[in-house]
Amino acid sequence: MNFDPSHSKRSFSSVGTRPIRPDGVDKVTGRARYGADFNMPGQLVGRILRSPHAHAIIRKIDTSRAAQLPGVKAVLTAADLPDLTNGDAAMYDILDNCMARKKVLYDGHAVAAVAAIDARTAKQALKLIEVEYELLPHVTDVDQAFAPDAPLINDTIFTTGVDPKPDRPSNVSMRSQFGHGDVDAGMARADFVVERTFKTEQTHQGYIEPHACVASVSSDGTADLWVCTQGHFVYRQHCAQLLGMDASKLRVTSSEIGGGFGGKTHVWAEPVALALSRKAGRPVKLVMTRDEVFRASGPTSATSIDVKIGALTDGTIIAADATLRYSCGPYAGAWAEVGAMTAFACYKLENVRTVGYEVLVNRPKTAAYRAPSAPMAAFAVESAIDELAKKVGMDPVDFRIRNAAQEGTKASYGPVYGPIGIGPTLEAVKNHPHMKAPLGKNQGRGMACGFWFNFGGQTCTDLNIGMDGTVSLAVGTVDVGGSRASLSLVAAEELGIDYSQVRTVIADTSSLGYNDMTDGSRGTFSSSMATISAARNAIKILRERAAQMWDIPVEDVTWENGHAVAKGETHGNLPKLSLKEIAAASGTTGGPIAGHSEIVADGAGVSFATHICDIEVDPETGATKVLRYTVVQDAGKAVHPTYVEGQYQGGAAQGIGWALNEEYIYGKDGRLQNAGFLDYRIPVCSDLPMIDTQILEIPNPNHPYGVRGVGETSIVPPLAAVANAVSNAVGVRMLHIPMSPPRILAALEA
Amino acid sequence: MRYIRPSSIEDAVGLLAEAAGKAAVLAGGSDLLVRMKGGFIEPELIIDIKAIDALRHITESEDGFVIGAAVPCAVVGENAALRRAWPGVVEGANLIGSKQVQGRCTIVGNLCNASPAADSVPALVAAGAKALIRGPAGSRTIAVEMVAVGPGRTSLAPGEIIEAILLDKRPPRSGDAYQRFTPRTEMDIAVVSAAVNLTLDDRGVVQSARVALGAAAPTVLVVEEAAEILTGSRVEDKTLDRLAAACSGACRPIDDKRGTVEFRRKVAGVLAKRVALAAYQRAGQK
Repeated sequence: MNFDPSHSKRSFSSVGTRPIRPDGVDKVTGRARYGADFNMPGQLVGRILRSPHAHAIIRKIDTSRAAQLPGVKAVLTAADLPDLTNGDAAMYDILDNCMARKKVLYDGHAVAAVAAIDARTAKQALKLIEVEYELLPHVTDVDQAFAPDAPLINDTIFTTGVDPKPDRPSNVSMRSQFGHGDVDAGMARADFVVERTFKTEQTHQGYIEPHACVASVSSDGTADLWVCTQGHFVYRQHCAQLLGMDASKLRVTSSEIGGGFGGKTHVWAEPVALALSRKAGRPVKLVMTRDEVFRASGPTSATSIDVKIGALTDGTIIAADATLRYSCGPYAGAWAEVGAMTAFACYKLENVRTVGYEVLVNRPKTAAYRAPSAPMAAFAVESAIDELAKKVGMDPVDFRIRNAAQEGTKASYGPVYGPIGIGPTLEAVKNHPHMKAPLGKNQGRGMACGFWFNFGGQTCTDLNIGMDGTVSLAVGTVDVGGSRASLSLVAAEELGIDYSQVRTVIADTSSLGYNDMTDGSRGTFSSSMATISAARNAIKILRERAAQMWDIPVEDVTWENGHAVAKGETHGNLPKLSLKEIAAASGTTGGPIAGHSEIVADGAGVSFATHICDIEVDPETGATKVLRYTVVQDAGKAVHPTYVEGQYQGGAAQGIGWALNEEYIYGKDGRLQNAGFLDYRIPVCSDLPMIDTQILEIPNPNHPYGVRGVGETSIVPPLAAVANAVSNAVGVRMLHIPMSPPRILAALEA
Repeated sequence: MRYIRPSSIEDAVGLLAEAAGKAAVLAGGSDLLVRMKGGFIEPELIIDIKAIDALRHITESEDGFVIGAAVPCAVVGENAALRRAWPGVVEGANLIGSKQVQGRCTIVGNLCNASPAADSVPALVAAGAKALIRGPAGSRTIAVEMVAVGPGRTSLAPGEIIEAILLDKRPPRSGDAYQRFTPRTEMDIAVVSAAVNLTLDDRGVVQSARVALGAAAPTVLVVEEAAEILTGSRVEDKTLDRLAAACSGACRPIDDKRGTVEFRRKVAGVLAKRVALAAYQRAGQK
């Protein structure tokens, strides 16, 4: 890395402003191309046949009748996807999830696929595929799957992380543990203890755009894939590996994305579409239905969490303990591990222990969902903290301030914090007018804190200066939350030009070096670092060209506000050269001017938020209405404050939906009963108040502008904030998310 | 699949009879298209009745109102006379789906979909509304509660179409109301619902009443015991408690993804109280 990423105090001219979004006009006029908007001449329609069973052995698949149907160009089963994963267990799970090999493991698991000339033929062909199943006992509930006598989902799973290694397989793929100090001794000293078990149901990211792609494999072995994804480089890698292709032969282009939230970080349909195209010799378009998205993409974990926290009379938390069981679908996962890391991350604790268990269930394979695993852990911990504050006799905000982590605190998951925002968000909440607003009958107020790590990762950008002096910025992190606007602002800032002179695009996988996907709130953080670095490299060349034009040593040329400025006594009087002038001359001074950057963006600053929620509960029906909601979060430095506020609001809205009504409902038969937006109830606009936001800026020391990721933390506190509000409104501690009206009414009448 | 847009009710009935069960009638399509796209039905013939002029109007006469089968619920909501006479019926029609859906969906479609949770039906039942049916054998009129015979099933004979809903003229001092319970504010389906229609005498005492519950049984439930409790009362607290108990007791709900038996029972009573009060207040203002 040839540039210094450390934070330096400076004033900004572009960064921190709120220009209109560059993708806005196309999105509101329908010109923007999403996954399903790509089309190829001669393309076929791909459809997938899915298991109606939660757990069964595939005895036989007869595709002969489907293959004979006129208009059907390819029929595919796992037999067409040989195992090329070479002992890579995680890749094998992805392969098996894309197309079931020996067993189906959940309602919706893919068992076969067809490509046909139109949707009708494809649908008809699916009906002609005969699958013989031998049903096996299934288990969909996380606690039931955890029990020793539960139906076994995968007999090759032996719990890792325990000593000695178990001699029997189970549904628990891993045990993880974090913490420090002596929790038992600490708990023995506690004057007050709260001990509770909490449960959260499985939710889906609920992105409006279903998964969609067009795959086109040439007979020469090269291929193109147009797809809606959060990470086209990762999709390329996975598809190439599963299909036995060289990565460079597969070009993946990402479409506009209608929501991802972690759910578009995994391949499902894409390898199948490529395999169908390869078999049929024609392009294949594969678009999931909403039903398929719910049944067969990657929702988040259902959880069951035990929390025990002890405090002294002076309000010091003396010990904190949690055991977290997270469902990970029918394959090994590492979701409880993340929950165990984040659970107590907001607090300065002498004695803390968290234990996570990854639990296999007959449900779709768990995928990331915005700060994956953290909201459920925060729900359990922040609920218990609220209850403990009451027992100690302290205001819940003061109690948290007293125990909040600070710079230098050893985090419960290991590292020592640098400058962090948990204390400042709590102080801001304490002083917020929302906290002092009066409440009416049947109304309650709750608050809660949340933490997320934020990631950096591999990042590559190209900054190209055109002959007219305008700038094209090519980045490899898919824009899921407005990063094109932010990165244009950053490029304009570094170069000293106007925002309107920069256009940022997402380059395809053949046009740029590898980029990790847009996850972990890394898009703007890491690509802005790479953009700053690329811009500084371009400035170096701009200075060289100016020096050449002036015929003076480059050391005497500086870059100021979009211009080369000559320094020194002999040529200090030269008129400065604008970026435009240097660019116009580039053909005669050495050719195109560009700046490149390839980095691993280390040092993503951790992020904290505190939320406040007011809610009214109808005591006769259990109906809830969110009256007011406030988000306070540390952004490090808000590059485009409107987008930052949008992220805060979006995370809160998703969290409120999760807290109140969203859940996967399985029947006794192991089938998902609500695979649609009618009965999987994400909030509609009229369900929510305008969500207030307050941006705090505690600079991240590892980023030149102090930027921290902002996309995920905002979904961490809402489950707990809403639960605390409901509990305060009804006077009963709510232990089960979502707090749907039947659940609230049952709690009131218990 | 064929799509036909007849311009007369006779043609529509003829086509429907000819198709022998393989045709579907399309008005707003807010149920039909969803069911087709979901793969639940695959009709060979779609008969779109929106071009039949006679079905596209709300008419008011000496006898009351006639609401044509192709009138969208948004139009129902904009009819001031209907809103004044039957506010509960309009309330139900304007709770279906969302504003956008109401621009398409119709009361008759809602009725013929035969969902126990249909939002427009309980108020129609409480109102004593009738369905005017046209079929190969001519016309007949039945009470709306006789249309649905179970979830998704109607009493309509092959070839029969409901061409209109008939609502009586209102006696003075009458009021009706409908409420449903949904976790969301819109784009949702009633977990349970209640409608009350009543008429007061000149002393403010309930002279006659009808009480209907939705999503509380396989079809919309008429609770006669509840109507008897209201009749002769001034809808006092005590009456309301008895009304709630009668409604909760009359429910025969199921446990499903939308709610539990206990929840539906309890909330049916709560909603019955609330709509009885609303209907009573409306009646008192006339």
